[in-house]
Amino acid sequence: MNFQQWSALMKEGFNVTSFVATYLCFLHVTNTYLFTHAWVYGPSMLPTFSVTGNLVLAERVSTRLGKVGRGDVVLIRSPQNPRKVVTKRLVGMEGDKITYVVDPKNSDRRETIVVPKGHVWIEGDNIYATSDSRKFGPVPYGLLHGRVFCKVSDLKSFMDCIFFSFLFFFL
Amino acid sequence: MGTQNFLWNVAKKYFTFGIIGLTISDRYASILPVRGSSMSPTFNPHGGSLTDDYVLVEKLCLEKYKFSLGDVVVFRSPSDYKEKHIKRITALPGDWIRTPHSNDILTIPEGHCWVVGDNSASSLDSRSFGPIPLGLVQGRATHIVWPPQRMGKLDRKIELEGLGF
Repeated sequence: MNFQQWSALMKEGFNVTSFVATYLCFLHVTNTYLFTHAWVYGPSMLPTFSVTGNLVLAERVSTRLGKVGRGDVVLIRSPQNPRKVVTKRLVGMEGDKITYVVDPKNSDRRETIVVPKGHVWIEGDNIYATSDSRKFGPVPYGLLHGRVFCKVSDLKSFMDCIFFSFLFFFL
Repeated sequence: MGTQNFLWNVAKKYFTFGIIGLTISDRYASILPVRGSSMSPTFNPHGGSLTDDYVLVEKLCLEKYKFSLGDVVVFRSPSDYKEKHIKRITALPGDWIRTPHSNDILTIPEGHCWVVGDNSASSLDSRSFGPIPLGLVQGRATHIVWPPQRMGKLDRKIELEGLGF
């Protein structure tokens, strides 16, 4: 092999490497700024998501712009364990007055709290088996990761979901 | 046709560099300016906006969220998610801390940390908003990179009287 062949080989290798690197970077940017996916399992969101596991898709634009509202299902970095991302429902934004049942299993004692500035109140749908704001109080908005907009349980619902999201996108 | 091709190539180049830059700054390291005097002997010792320090913030610690006492971290403000603050960690989960005004002793809850500015006279930190979740941390400052005469590594500094015992 002479020098010319070597340099052609090197060039080819460099091209392939840079293409793969760019592709991985593109994946990272889409995953961080546009869409992400997550596996949801456990009993805390029971009627909405099953115990055995659902694949959900979440978009990360509206949390970045502050456009999420009450009732949205969100991905949130757990305040108790920063390595975990959990799925909960947003119940109150900053300034809201929230009345919640302190211990639903044993009593129906209620307490009222005003959500402080820059915080949100999150609850699981299954109030009997969830660790949420009732346990650790309001959480800072900065922990929000994304708004869940689609549950992928089978192919048909997935196609519907893509169809409707495109429809909303163009309207 | 030639200009169109040229424009397409330039756009592609910018796009590629953009996403590579974003990925590096998200996953590995980025450079941020430090404003204000809340970390005063460490950053911005003389004050004034002309002499802002720039720090290198590494993001690899976000894989495991493992921090040590004395680390200088950048985190989102718990009261406004758009603001970022830079402070020093002085207590980790399970540690005891004495609050300055009421003199209560409290434990840092699981997954939280206690952050305090080096210039305790003019610093908005955990003494006013309490322990913050580690999930708000965006990176760990390791070096000062600008201005050149102050370039150097940051050291972990632990004030023992700040720990409450």
